[in-house]
Amino acid sequence: MKLPIYLDYSATTPVDPRVAEKMIQCLSLEGNFGNPASRSHVFGWRAEEVVEDARRQVADLIHADPREIVWTSGATESDNLAIKGVAHFYSKKGKHIITSRIEHKAVLDPCRQLEREGFEVTYLDPDSDGLITPEMVEKALRDDTILVSLMHVNNEIGVINDIEAIGDLTRSRKIVFHVDAAQSVGKIPLNMETMNIDLLSISAHKLYGPKGIGVLYVRRKPRIRLEAQMHGGGHERGMRSGTLATHQIVGMGEACRIAAAEMDSERARLAVLKERVLSQLTDLEEVHVNGSLEQRVPGILNISFAFVEGESLMMSLKDLAISSGSACTSASLEPSYVLRALGLSDELAHSSLRISLGRFTTEAEVDHAVAEIREAVAKLRELSPLWDMYKDGVDLSQVEWVAH
Amino acid sequence: MAYSEKVIDHYENPRNVGKLDQDSQSVGTGMVGAPACGDVMRLQIQVNDEGVIEDARFKTYGCGSAIASSSLATEWMKGKTLDEAATIKNTDIAEELALPPVKIHCSVLAEDAIKAAIDDYRAKQKHDDAAPAA
Repeated sequence: MKLPIYLDYSATTPVDPRVAEKMIQCLSLEGNFGNPASRSHVFGWRAEEVVEDARRQVADLIHADPREIVWTSGATESDNLAIKGVAHFYSKKGKHIITSRIEHKAVLDPCRQLEREGFEVTYLDPDSDGLITPEMVEKALRDDTILVSLMHVNNEIGVINDIEAIGDLTRSRKIVFHVDAAQSVGKIPLNMETMNIDLLSISAHKLYGPKGIGVLYVRRKPRIRLEAQMHGGGHERGMRSGTLATHQIVGMGEACRIAAAEMDSERARLAVLKERVLSQLTDLEEVHVNGSLEQRVPGILNISFAFVEGESLMMSLKDLAISSGSACTSASLEPSYVLRALGLSDELAHSSLRISLGRFTTEAEVDHAVAEIREAVAKLRELSPLWDMYKDGVDLSQVEWVAH
Repeated sequence: MAYSEKVIDHYENPRNVGKLDQDSQSVGTGMVGAPACGDVMRLQIQVNDEGVIEDARFKTYGCGSAIASSSLATEWMKGKTLDEAATIKNTDIAEELALPPVKIHCSVLAEDAIKAAIDDYRAKQKHDDAAPAA
């Protein structure tokens, strides 16, 4: 087994070797290096051909029309283009936007920017399972609402929103619906033919493709209009200028092809691994799985180990590459805003780990990880005054702490 | 984040982990911090009749730097008189452990814990003196 073990697949995934192979063919003089926008020679034509093949591969994965696929630099750009693009184009219709508190920063920060520009944004609170329900959205809708932007799968806790039902609702009110699907595309089925989603952000590096490339799906029927954020050449039907990165695009296309072919078997395999992790950790005392246990992708687990602080826990897990829900590692002492929004106490939010499994995760790796986590939790609880107090029957919520 | 070697050493081999009898007259207990902030330190000292700290114990909930700060504090306090121990400064701890700026609060917390433990012990003695002989 190679150490450290990578269990941070929701941060990024390694490029699948089959993807890398395709990309290499589009770089050097001997390869397909041309500018897809060059119309006057064979180098351009050949590059355009593989770009259009890749466009079809992405479209096939989400059951869309290839003409609805716009290449971007990644999900952050797709989110920006969708949110600012729609807001600016439809601002005469209204200035109200709905999103949620547990969106990725790539959605929250453009919303904040729009607020500075005079738009009004409603930030929905999820329920304690981490879900945004259609009812919550319906209650927040106003006559001047122009856009609802919600994530499909949450990157920290892995829960799945019912975007199909929310899409039905927004369509019936003729409100544009944007979905950040960075964590779901290629992992669970998405169908643009049957789902009423108008804009969908996709990232290649979350599905074993390269970093630096993504897609914004833009619906044609009914036609969704956007104000471009990037100008200069009118590529991608004017929605996103810039020379197309053939090698990146080809990589994303191949990644989507593989994901479509292997989705069902991979999902089943990850579900087994997830159960293996859970069954070996949840028998510990005071361990909490954050987010709905039913509505979730198998790859992401967010677990709080009460009375143990997340950063010190990670320090003990030398063989594991994982994330902590505690933001103590950054300059801020605030725990994860996602876990807080679920109603978790600061203390439990500080005590959480995100384990994300993926295509190259093995049973042996999972077992090794679990054993290391169990050992670290036991060690740190021995060190923890809170664990002492809990064992002595002290109600920690009744203690008067000297905050600092 | 990269930790200094000293932080890692204290984290992996914490000195003086444990618990003293909180109700003993010769034990002073300082508990500072809050779970919501991500760190809680409990530092205890056992003081002899000469006012010398014979033993020091800690338990800490917090990041590696917080654990290292309290571990180092117990090491430094042992064998010192109360007055000497009271002069330990957070800056000394931060310097010894090479704490980065974002972790300075861990050393501040350790200094607070030292002071709290000493104050607790002294308060117990005063209370003892004031108590009428039965």
